[in-house]
Amino acid sequence: MKKLFTSFLTATATSLALIAAPGVFAAGGPVALDATPAQKLSDRAAMQNGAKTFMSYCLGCHGLSAMRYSRLADIGMTEEQIKAVMPPGAKPGDYIRTSLNRTEAKDWFGAAPPDLSVTARSRSSHSGAGTDWIYTFLKTYYEDASRPTGWNNKTYVGVGMPHVLWDAQKSKSPAEFDSMVGDLAAFLNYVSEPAQFSRKTIGAVVMVFLAIFFVLAWRLNKVYWKNIK
Amino acid sequence: MASENNVTTTGLLGWIDTRFPLTKLYKEHLSEYYAPKNFNFFYFFGSLAMVVLALQIITGIFLTMHYKPDASLNAAGVPVAFASVEYIMREVPFGWLIRYMHSTGASAFFVVVYLHMWRGLIYGSYRSPRELIWIFGCAIFLCLMAEAFFGYLLPWGQMSYWGAQVIVNLFSAVPLIGPDLSVWIRGDFVVGDATLNRFFAFHVIAIPLVLVGLVAAHIIALHEVGSNNPDGVEIKKNKNADGIPLDGIPFHPYYSVHDILGIAGFLILFCAVVFFAPELGGYFLEFNNFIPADPLVTPPHIAPVWYFTPFYSMLRAVTDLFTWVMVASAGLGALAVLRARWPMIIKGGAIAALLVLAITFRVFDAKFWGVVIMGGAVVILFFLPWLDHSPVKSIRYRPNWHKALYMVFLVNFFILGYLGVLPPFPFGQAYSLVGTVFYFAFFALMPIWSRIGDFKPVPERVTFKPH
Repeated sequence: MKKLFTSFLTATATSLALIAAPGVFAAGGPVALDATPAQKLSDRAAMQNGAKTFMSYCLGCHGLSAMRYSRLADIGMTEEQIKAVMPPGAKPGDYIRTSLNRTEAKDWFGAAPPDLSVTARSRSSHSGAGTDWIYTFLKTYYEDASRPTGWNNKTYVGVGMPHVLWDAQKSKSPAEFDSMVGDLAAFLNYVSEPAQFSRKTIGAVVMVFLAIFFVLAWRLNKVYWKNIK
Repeated sequence: MASENNVTTTGLLGWIDTRFPLTKLYKEHLSEYYAPKNFNFFYFFGSLAMVVLALQIITGIFLTMHYKPDASLNAAGVPVAFASVEYIMREVPFGWLIRYMHSTGASAFFVVVYLHMWRGLIYGSYRSPRELIWIFGCAIFLCLMAEAFFGYLLPWGQMSYWGAQVIVNLFSAVPLIGPDLSVWIRGDFVVGDATLNRFFAFHVIAIPLVLVGLVAAHIIALHEVGSNNPDGVEIKKNKNADGIPLDGIPFHPYYSVHDILGIAGFLILFCAVVFFAPELGGYFLEFNNFIPADPLVTPPHIAPVWYFTPFYSMLRAVTDLFTWVMVASAGLGALAVLRARWPMIIKGGAIAALLVLAITFRVFDAKFWGVVIMGGAVVILFFLPWLDHSPVKSIRYRPNWHKALYMVFLVNFFILGYLGVLPPFPFGQAYSLVGTVFYFAFFALMPIWSRIGDFKPVPERVTFKPH
């Protein structure tokens, strides 16, 4: 039995090693992604900055239709701060929707700009987190006269979106611009799963509970089984 | 007519027992169900499968309270079904927890069921008199696959949509009725709202109903004949004066406390995923499935979830080249029949049938045979009790090369699974072909190889070291 179990484990481990070894068979990936500064992903001030950037630069075309404005309180924004970033006519309980007309947008850009509620998750891949993709994407625009908008992107070749942050990039130092984009990525990361922070906190408590439960179950089992000869 | 029942209990329990066999059921299935005392690690997974089934049903009920099977677009241009999942994730209190438990539970179900099946395979738990337990189990596995497939469409992401599209399209390869069949399954010419609604109906009621019934049959059959064990020894052969197996112990309390320990261990791993890695690197929740379904944009790479990938590899292995392999197998089969000592008429009939089959292998589309191979990979499991002719049940007493063969089978299954995740590439395709042939040869030739080798003597009693 011991031997069998060992060989079972060996076989499983061998197979898992094969599975875990990325790029053994996989073809070369796209542009290497820059990692979003890790501390931003849990930094409320960064997320709030990102929210402001989003409302002024992105909301014209992209919605966050799964989120209500009022939920920005989760990242520490006060009611006044939330109202200050809301477009005219919006109420705190409204979903964050763009006023762009989808049919018209299709004519202008070739495709309606996607809703960005879960983009930080959908853009994840084995080459990096979704936030890293967003962070890299927004930093890799370059001028390209052959494109209808005059812009192209190294991370998303042939993208329909022009370089919306161009004036910001022009007026800021590269470090400042990276920080601005990092804040935006951190905000979109929060939006993609607002429960992610409480999830980990609750998870830690659950794990402690289960560890105690496991020890009790183990002792209980031991007590009963000592009679079995 | 109803016979006089011997009720020994009194009070409320006595009142119930004269009307419903409560105490009788409790004794038969728990306190006086004698299980072998030498169960090992692999014997946790039956009870764990029940736990996961219960988790899936309970979380599923709560999910249906807010989920909407509706493919139309909402005001923001997001499909209602997709948006309702995000609504659960954000606006329903602890909706995220229920959803992650359900999505992780789907993968966990396959993890425990695969381990449970592996246990049955190596210890010969399918051998007489347990053939029906095994057959019910295989039917449960089939139901589970259907359940997972239908459920995977519901979040209405790109992988949901295109995965369903690919699988339903396979049915269009069935000769003659194929195109009509696939339209009938979808309820439309493409996967759409009609498909989503019927898959929802199958996922929440039709399949679970069958599944629960099969689980009941699986357990009733098990408790009728008694559990096998890692030694493959029948404990009912050695009983004491009271008719209690000498190597048996009551399920309750011994295995109930034991299974609680298993559940505690399982929950630690399960909750680690739910709370800290619900996507599990894209294997439990695929990244592309966070893009709403778009019938106009085909994703560059469509991969099923990990638990289907070994079978998906087999499907992809069936190309034109593979149909020649199938023709060759039919030819070898015909040769074997020729040498068999059967009456001429049966021999002639069998050879003629094999030759006709060999011709159809080339006449019908390879895509159709891919579907047959993929389905056959599961169906062949049903026949296992009659394929295994080894003189011993448990792998412990089999020749060493049998053990090696089972390990090769396991590794092959893992590799096929890994290749099924990746986009097709030449080496992978070549391996899948060999791996698929090996998978089928393992079972098809089992009546021959399982008898060969030096088997070790099986002890009279189970081997057990007190803890």
